[in-house]
Amino acid sequence: MTPLVEFRAVGFAYPGAGRSRARPFRLTSVSFAIEPGEIVGVIGPNSSGKTTLIRLLTRVLEPVEGEIALEGKRLQNWGRAELARRVAVVPQGVPREFPFTVEELVLMGRYPHAPGRYFENPADVSAARAAMDATGVRHLASQALASLGGGETQRAVIARALAQEPRLLVLDEPTAHLDLRYQAETAALLRRLNRERGVTILLVSHDLNLAAEVSDRLLLLAEGRLVRLGTPDEVLEESTLTAVFGCEVTVEKSPTTHRPHVQLVWPDGRR
Amino acid sequence: MSPQGRLALTVGGLAALLVAVAAAALFLGSAAISPRGVIGAVAGRAAAESVESVVILSIRLPRIAVAALAGGALAVAGVAFQALTRNPLAEPSVLGISGGAAFGVVIGQSLGLGLTVVEAVGLTGFAFAGALLAAAAVYLIAAAGRGVIQIQTLLLAGVIVGIFSASAITVIISLLDFNRLGGVIHWLLGNVAPIPPGALGLFAILLGAGFGLVLRHARELNLLALGEESAQQLGLNADRLKLTIFTGAALLTASVVAFAGPIGFVGLVVPHMLRMLLGPDNRLLVPTSLAGGAIFLLVADTVARSIVAPAELSVGVITSFCGAPFFVYLLRTRYRGLM
Repeated sequence: MTPLVEFRAVGFAYPGAGRSRARPFRLTSVSFAIEPGEIVGVIGPNSSGKTTLIRLLTRVLEPVEGEIALEGKRLQNWGRAELARRVAVVPQGVPREFPFTVEELVLMGRYPHAPGRYFENPADVSAARAAMDATGVRHLASQALASLGGGETQRAVIARALAQEPRLLVLDEPTAHLDLRYQAETAALLRRLNRERGVTILLVSHDLNLAAEVSDRLLLLAEGRLVRLGTPDEVLEESTLTAVFGCEVTVEKSPTTHRPHVQLVWPDGRR
Repeated sequence: MSPQGRLALTVGGLAALLVAVAAAALFLGSAAISPRGVIGAVAGRAAAESVESVVILSIRLPRIAVAALAGGALAVAGVAFQALTRNPLAEPSVLGISGGAAFGVVIGQSLGLGLTVVEAVGLTGFAFAGALLAAAAVYLIAAAGRGVIQIQTLLLAGVIVGIFSASAITVIISLLDFNRLGGVIHWLLGNVAPIPPGALGLFAILLGAGFGLVLRHARELNLLALGEESAQQLGLNADRLKLTIFTGAALLTASVVAFAGPIGFVGLVVPHMLRMLLGPDNRLLVPTSLAGGAIFLLVADTVARSIVAPAELSVGVITSFCGAPFFVYLLRTRYRGLM
């Protein structure tokens, strides 16, 4: 079977890096594949290349070396709208300068299906409503985004991405500003979307335990290199994480889900 | 109601209001002409050389047309610049774009360009070049090495470019022949004086072109509100869109400045009043702003020429008297959190 996404020795450097930054960021020879139906978690310390990976995958940035393929076809050969019908990104929050409603936001997800259309047609509206149903925000449809809480906003943004009817859903730090209950809800929602709709998911997260709970496989990045790729058990090892994150951690099995659970060993300030 | 329904209803209402306001403006003015005289002149029953005919057909009617075109153009340019900069307080005059265009026009005027069709094309060209120059300066000052432009920085950069353009205009005016000074100053205050039919036609064509460019991409302007990266990930070519919208908005601004002078705040007041009514959807705001801007400037101009009759105020004075407090209101209430 053709992988949904394939990175082949992809390298990237920001133009002018090295002059303006103390440590120039670059992505070096990253290779991996995402199979249809998988949930892949991308983890790693700050500025390890997680966000760059998303930008490369969505053609916001172009690789300097290597190539990226979607459904076996090189990314450069996909049109922007065509690409947006396959890959949808859930960014970290929405700008609030203009008070769009939830429904207006979700309908924006229909743009790649008919970029030339001035108003969405009834099929677009029903796709948007289905997406709002899937994330449980249909009752908020006419509310302004700015009036929603963090968890509701997140579900509205996920609904917008689902309205694109993508094969691959990419989430950038979906639980960054959420409290525990909404983190749990988001994890459950992602699993449900994956199981019931067969959406492939690429989850970029700082939260190692969320990634471990939700993902089939994890991809660990450090300083722009792929350090480990495998099941959560294979990737989340104490020695690897201690080396990559530069701090001491312990890894235990969760008694309920049997997934690895990472805990920081807090440095003792008294000594 | 569906967005289509709301659009049709609002455009219909505004169009009716525009016709009513334009008709009222036709009957008002410093020359005492009876309603019957006005109707007679419009219907073509008055003698060609009669006072009625001259006042109505050569002064009031073209003036109404200029006011409507200029108001519509400025309001649409306002919506476009607000979406483009993702800044609800952006507007051609606040951003310094009008100032740049005015500088271009003053250069054109100092070279002797007037309002015959050929010269008007040249004058608009100068205005467009000035607008581009000002926009480039604002962008360079505001962006200065960082990717994201903050709202405050953009406004400040606009103010600075505006002040600089005003000074540059003063330099050119100081060098002008004394006899031409009056006309330039009058224009510089923002005035919807009647212009020759040829120039009026050119103005309408430029407005149509600029409006068409913005309207065609109104849906995409909504996506831009999500941020450039998100817009791109939704399938939009953000760079091309920004260039297109910028060209359209600069064209609208430049043609208003060339034909009526730098009139401020229409692009701020009208879109925001419509936003209160219709929400932030640019597909509704762009077409309704065309009509709303026309109504606003027409009313402002009618006030300007009747409030101190037989003398006249510049319409720019009226729009600033409305717009400046409105700007402060927006700054202190709705957009407090963004500052």
